[in-house]
Amino acid sequence: MGMKLIVLVVIVLAVIAVAQLMRVYELSSKLRGYKEEDIDLKTNNINAGLMMVFLAFFFGSMLYMLFVYGNGMLPEAASEHGKDIDWLFDVNWVIVFAVFFITNGILFYFAYKYSYHPDRKAFYFPHDNKLEMIWTIVPAAALAVIIVLGLMTWNQVTGKASDDAVVIELYAKQFDWTARYSGEDNKLGHADYKLVNGDNPLGVVTEENILKRIDEIDQLIADNEQQLAALDSGTIIVSKANEYKLQHEIEKMGRIKQRIIHMQTAFGDSVYQMAADDYISKTALYLIKDQEYQLVFRAKDVLHSAYFPHFRAQMNCVPGMRTHLKMKPIFTTKEMQEKTGNPEFQYILLCNKICGVSHYNMNLPVIVGTEEDFEAWKSNEVNTTKVVVSEEPESETSDETNDAMETDSTQVEG
Amino acid sequence: MAATAAHGHHHKESFITKYIFSQDHKMIGKQFLVTAIIMAVVAVILSVLFRIQLGWPGESDSTLSFFLGDKWAPNGILDRGMYLGLVTIHGTIMVFFVLTGGLSGTFSNILIPLQIGARDMASGLLNMISYWLFFISSCIMLYSLFIETGPAGAGWTIYPPLSVYEQATPGSGSGMTLWLVSMTVFIGSSLLGSLNYIVTVLNMRTKGMKMTRLPLTIWAFFITAVIGVLSFPVLVSAVVLMLMDRGLGTSFYVNDAIVGAEVLEQSGGSPILFEHLFWFLGHPEVYIVLLPALGLTSEIVSTNSRKPIFGYRAMIGSILAIAFLSFIVWGHHMFITGMNPFLGGVFVFTTLLIAIPSAVKVFNYITTLWKGNIRYTPAMLFSIGLVSSFITGGITGIILADSALDIAVHDTYFVVAHFHVVMGLSAIFGMFAGVYHWFPKMYGRMMNSKLGMVHFWITLVSAYGVFFPMHFVGIGGAPRRYYDYSVYESFDSNQFDMIMDLNVVISIFAIIGALGQVIFIFNFFYSTRRGQVSVQNPWKSNTLEWTAPVEHLHGNWPGEVPTVHRWPYDYSKPGMEEDFCPQTVPLKEGEEEH
Repeated sequence: MGMKLIVLVVIVLAVIAVAQLMRVYELSSKLRGYKEEDIDLKTNNINAGLMMVFLAFFFGSMLYMLFVYGNGMLPEAASEHGKDIDWLFDVNWVIVFAVFFITNGILFYFAYKYSYHPDRKAFYFPHDNKLEMIWTIVPAAALAVIIVLGLMTWNQVTGKASDDAVVIELYAKQFDWTARYSGEDNKLGHADYKLVNGDNPLGVVTEENILKRIDEIDQLIADNEQQLAALDSGTIIVSKANEYKLQHEIEKMGRIKQRIIHMQTAFGDSVYQMAADDYISKTALYLIKDQEYQLVFRAKDVLHSAYFPHFRAQMNCVPGMRTHLKMKPIFTTKEMQEKTGNPEFQYILLCNKICGVSHYNMNLPVIVGTEEDFEAWKSNEVNTTKVVVSEEPESETSDETNDAMETDSTQVEG
Repeated sequence: MAATAAHGHHHKESFITKYIFSQDHKMIGKQFLVTAIIMAVVAVILSVLFRIQLGWPGESDSTLSFFLGDKWAPNGILDRGMYLGLVTIHGTIMVFFVLTGGLSGTFSNILIPLQIGARDMASGLLNMISYWLFFISSCIMLYSLFIETGPAGAGWTIYPPLSVYEQATPGSGSGMTLWLVSMTVFIGSSLLGSLNYIVTVLNMRTKGMKMTRLPLTIWAFFITAVIGVLSFPVLVSAVVLMLMDRGLGTSFYVNDAIVGAEVLEQSGGSPILFEHLFWFLGHPEVYIVLLPALGLTSEIVSTNSRKPIFGYRAMIGSILAIAFLSFIVWGHHMFITGMNPFLGGVFVFTTLLIAIPSAVKVFNYITTLWKGNIRYTPAMLFSIGLVSSFITGGITGIILADSALDIAVHDTYFVVAHFHVVMGLSAIFGMFAGVYHWFPKMYGRMMNSKLGMVHFWITLVSAYGVFFPMHFVGIGGAPRRYYDYSVYESFDSNQFDMIMDLNVVISIFAIIGALGQVIFIFNFFYSTRRGQVSVQNPWKSNTLEWTAPVEHLHGNWPGEVPTVHRWPYDYSKPGMEEDFCPQTVPLKEGEEEH
């Protein structure tokens, strides 16, 4: 508090001191017959000169930064479409830099050159159709080129993925990512947010998960009803608002349960089957070099955005909606480490849509390797995940139908 | 101001009707200006606070604890939630309260009646209500900084569902409610103001003031008001629907979400719907901010170059073209939302078209300087600054409008740099230029020009010092709205080094720039009381406001409202004695208009 007081006092004194100086200035300029609106020639020239000084400083610092940080910018694109984007960037940079240097240059130069001189009269030049035509048509032509090239690239980048593309789902929630691989069949099992629970963090639809979730909801409703009963009998006391909340919760979970039951009748083995060989990873997204991927995005709670700076790829993750992008990595992590000369280089997936306080910490390492590397990683990753799953007192029998058809050891989740 | 008694038709005013609940457009304009200056000071301080965190992350800083206390800056380290709050409120205040309310509110009010030759606005009462709604919304927004759970923290674009679910982030509690309420009131203010401006410009021009004789300032304010009336109501509906999602359990913007551990029943809405509604205002908003600044500087550049503005009709045409196009480009904020790529392509096309009228404007400015006789008043300096920032920020828009490139830089610091330069700097430079130029009209006194020059050069250098390196940070892949960039250290240390180096540079310039504004604040308030008394037409300007007496009076002109005979840009016209010729001077025999 004392500190704040001192700071305030210093500020007040400073203001008073400046005001006094201003009074002196004011009186002296009054004596000199100085008029604020008349900028004297010397001052005017100083400002005009500063225009050129600024221009030199401005362009100089631009070039300096390009020199120092030009290489500090993101390394070469590590995906196939990223190369197209980088090429398009280069084309655009040429235009942007040219316009930047020329127009800013002319602006400040004219500002310097045509500063006030008492002997000169300004040139009365209200309009000139020819000139105006030129600077409508020239930018229009340049923009036509930019638009055509841009749309060609855009259509390529956002076009359909090929049939060979491997499907992987990325599931975003505050504040982490989960990757779900579609397994042998290259088909992701259905997912529904109503099924999400501790055992099934992605809400994957399987018969087992549905039954478990219904049990869980029944339990929850029973607990709440018990509490209400206790409330009626006077064993516990809660506020009216909380009592209402309990009741509301019972009704809501009842409705959600009904919907899950509908889901159960609508879906059959063919749907559950798709999920049978899916597996998840929370530690990394492992991709194979030169393999095309179709990435599918979901979000659990709020908007997120999957941003892969090195692959020049980005897509928002929207709750209740699936978004997707295609991508084909072309350099392994190792190759990229050599290219950047940084042995610790890693690819990364960042969240790039504000999603809450830990937004800046929401990321997932991305690894690109060869097919063998990937298989090795997978068996390792899958085993470790499996251990976690087997710790649960799992009722394997409820999943009989699936097990009968699919005995793949990679079955981890769902 | 003191001369009320001298004019018979002037009824007696109490302190309250004159200074507080005034219906005089000049007083209302000044009220808008002073309120906006106070809001701007707050917004600048907020930005310095989060720049301290970004430049020196995790280091204890006494400035932070001085302003934020132990709750939001424990041990002098900024709280992560408060960081988002600061960013959000900084953006909101700057965009809406300073550059919309402050810029349009101030200069439309002061200049429209004076430059078109009207005694006052069409409705003085609505005008007064417009200011007081603005005042109330400002108070609500400031108040939201002081509540327990902190201010809204979802970014100034308040994308749902983050802004809908209280459980998702602390800032989405009552802070967000206050934000929404404040914005609703603000939009009410803006609509009343805009309707008034439109009616006044259309109906109340003096004799001879054809639309093609209007100063470009008035054209800009007029079109801005039209844009505002057409786009702000969409934001009101967006905001009201969000209030319903938050309070009444509707699901316009939310769908199948689990927040915390709670499964929510709301289903069937779309967060993307909000983005569409928001940007339907949000993009025209850029031009609501920019056009008045361009209008003000057109006038200032012409006056101080002692030359007619080059291509008057082309300037009006480009204002109209920009205004029209601004309504069909909003999708360029949403290229990566999963929107249909074909639709994205359409938005690429319309967005890049805006570059054409913008380029025309820039070249016309530059040609106006060519063979001029430029006087460097502070207003003129800031106008040159505006043209430069409009160029520098505009061309990076070409990158962002190109959807394929946007994928790589969307939501990075490149975007932050782009819109700060093209919209923030241009508009604030335009606003400074306007204040320096029309200060004598507002207060009957001159601002100190030397201090104005110092202020300009510090501001220009530090503004570019802040935003120029940001382009590099963004191209380097730094996402915006990150509390710190330590994550880069673990996977790409080259990037990390660059980001950290430049963040320090940016923060230092931000602090210098903020301190530089003290000069302006001092100059402004000092000059209102003690500045040199102004003459009637200090800049030897042609427009009508300089034919009104220095002392303010209700009705603006003591006798008849002057009649207009020519366009406002007859500077250095051949065959004239003086290098200017006010609009009230009749055309000589055989004289061409222009």
